[in-house]
Amino acid sequence: MATSEREPIVRTRNLVKKYQMGSTTVTALAGVTLDVYRGEYVSIMGPSGSGKSTLFNMIGGLDNPTSGSVYINQVDIAQLTPHELAYMRCHTIGYIFQTFNLITVRTALENVTLPMLFAGVPADEADDRAARLLDLVGLENRYHHRPTELSGGQQQRVAIARALANEPAILLADEPTGNLDLKTGQEIIHLLRGLNQERGVTVISATHDLKMVDVSDRIVHVRDGTVSRVDLRSEVEVQLGELGGDESS
Amino acid sequence: MRPARQLATGAGVALGVSFFAYLQGVRVLGVADDQAKLRFLAAMSLALCAVGIANTMLMSVVERYREIGTLKCLGATDTFIAKVFLIESLVVGLASSLLGSLLGACVAAVFGWQSSVPVLPFVQDSVLIPLLVGSGLTLIASIAPALAAARTQANDALRVEV
Repeated sequence: MATSEREPIVRTRNLVKKYQMGSTTVTALAGVTLDVYRGEYVSIMGPSGSGKSTLFNMIGGLDNPTSGSVYINQVDIAQLTPHELAYMRCHTIGYIFQTFNLITVRTALENVTLPMLFAGVPADEADDRAARLLDLVGLENRYHHRPTELSGGQQQRVAIARALANEPAILLADEPTGNLDLKTGQEIIHLLRGLNQERGVTVISATHDLKMVDVSDRIVHVRDGTVSRVDLRSEVEVQLGELGGDESS
Repeated sequence: MRPARQLATGAGVALGVSFFAYLQGVRVLGVADDQAKLRFLAAMSLALCAVGIANTMLMSVVERYREIGTLKCLGATDTFIAKVFLIESLVVGLASSLLGSLLGACVAAVFGWQSSVPVLPFVQDSVLIPLLVGSGLTLIASIAPALAAARTQANDALRVEV
């Protein structure tokens, strides 16, 4: 029972990433081993230059490690062909960006149907599903607005709906509150947390936003290319259950 | 920004093709004297046009790195991205070549129309061939930019700067 709850969905094994900058070699990641379990909300924290973004990119299959491996659903993503990688991005991972990255010439609804187009979902069904997703993120009356007609918070909500389009198992959010004011940022974080709890989607978020601490199951601190500390928050009673009930309070 | 750039590309194609269409029309109507020279000039203008298209398309790819990266993150395959750019250039190429060939044929007709000239060969040489040449040229010129777009890395989506 406990083992099925603790099924790792993302595993990194001794991830190393080195960049060549002129004549010097910069080590962005110096061997990161990390497991993220299904249904978890994990924040990756660290100052800029800590390797946080590099780690995040590796997990999302956006960058190749110098050595080590990333497994998503037990599959080593380095072994995937470009086509299989595209399939994984389409069906398994939903990406949320700091800068929202909506397609500006398309409406909110069209932005949300876009990943379904890649998945081959029929247009009618895609429209229905997109409308439901926009309702879910609280944009019932904004289906046909273009990104320029939406506030930053609303744009990020569209982006979250878009990320959920093909019912991914993992949501990868890169500084999702980085371009938002405090209050809007908090709303977005609670929306993500709600989705995580209600839909069981695993959320991995790169951030240096301390508000994230409140909602994260675990906070992975990255410093100088390594995991310096992992914090468990109070929400983790369920996980601690397997370690012994006395931990919860 | 993007429509403006496409308009510029289209205008370039239109002008080049109108030049070609004009020459074709003049040839059919039997006005021109130095055919070989004119053909060479037409070929040159079309080649310049192709270079212009390729250049503009490449800039458009660079401008849209982040958008392409985003599409890749959402599950777009390389083939899909390449197709988007090729179809886009084909549409621009067809529309502006049609405009250009009609313009060129009209100018040729205005200057040298004789009632003895059969209409069909005139339309064929002065409108249809320039239309095909213009569209084909646009398509060929956008192959390299489309491949560049397809090779864009998904992590370009994460670039903060535009």
